[in-house]
Amino acid sequence: MHWNSVGEFFAMGGYALYVWGSFGACALLMIVEPFLAKRRLSEVRKSLIRERLADELETQQRIS
Amino acid sequence: MRQSIIQWFRFASPQSFYPLAGRMIPWFWAAAVAFGIAGLWISFFVAPTDAQQGEGYRIIFVHVPASWMSMFIYLVMAFWAGLGLALNTRLSGMMAQSLAPTGALMAALSLWTGALWGKPMWGAWWVWDARLTSELILFFLYLGFMALQAAIDDPRRADKAGAILALVGVVNIPIIYFSVKWWNTLHQGSTINLTKAPSMAQTMLWGMLLMALCFWMYSIAVALTRVRAIILERERHTEWVKHALE
Repeated sequence: MHWNSVGEFFAMGGYALYVWGSFGACALLMIVEPFLAKRRLSEVRKSLIRERLADELETQQRIS
Repeated sequence: MRQSIIQWFRFASPQSFYPLAGRMIPWFWAAAVAFGIAGLWISFFVAPTDAQQGEGYRIIFVHVPASWMSMFIYLVMAFWAGLGLALNTRLSGMMAQSLAPTGALMAALSLWTGALWGKPMWGAWWVWDARLTSELILFFLYLGFMALQAAIDDPRRADKAGAILALVGVVNIPIIYFSVKWWNTLHQGSTINLTKAPSMAQTMLWGMLLMALCFWMYSIAVALTRVRAIILERERHTEWVKHALE
């Protein structure tokens, strides 16, 4: 461990903008992308469930 | 032996791959987080300050993994696309389609972190150097692949067109990789060389490898999530999908 204080750690020896800009961009995109992928999956699942529900209702109406 | 090969081919069908992918995703996430924590710890607290670049060199711990993954994902994507073209298997095209956005993200991160590294060390955000230019072309290849697939309504035809683009674009990968050798570039030579002992400190090397493993596991987890969505989107009118959902 070679940081003497928290402030020194965040200052990154004067390269704060570049180091944190790089790690920050990676963190941001790597949080957003899985979120979008999961949303795409849950959306198609929801629409499929709705579709099946509609099918079931239709068959019920036809029977009664 | 024969039996086990047939067992593996079973997973080539979207129907059996869909639940398998669902079971694998949490494990890849767990691995990504574990490698990520270890990698970040080494990146910031164990790896020493660089003699020439001070703390600025720490960008390497995300720049190199993102660059490696951008090239590696392209190779995997082209492999699946080519397999789909040759064998006409349904899942291959879906895999290629699911990998493209993650590959584009890695290429974008490679360019972004490279710019943030280039500015303090070279004095420029961007130079038209062979390494940087070929990486930019890789980014555009991913975008082109995605745009081409999105523009064609019939998924099977979209797969075929995308596969040809992906396979032609493969030529760019060795160009990126060897660009620092073939041309006189501002970009430094390869950090890790298979024939020579690494020129960097052991701890720096470990940090980079752990971060690369984290990015790798992340890419698999996201691509598997996306491929599940693509499977359902494309197979929505089949009987098995109707029974696959709770």
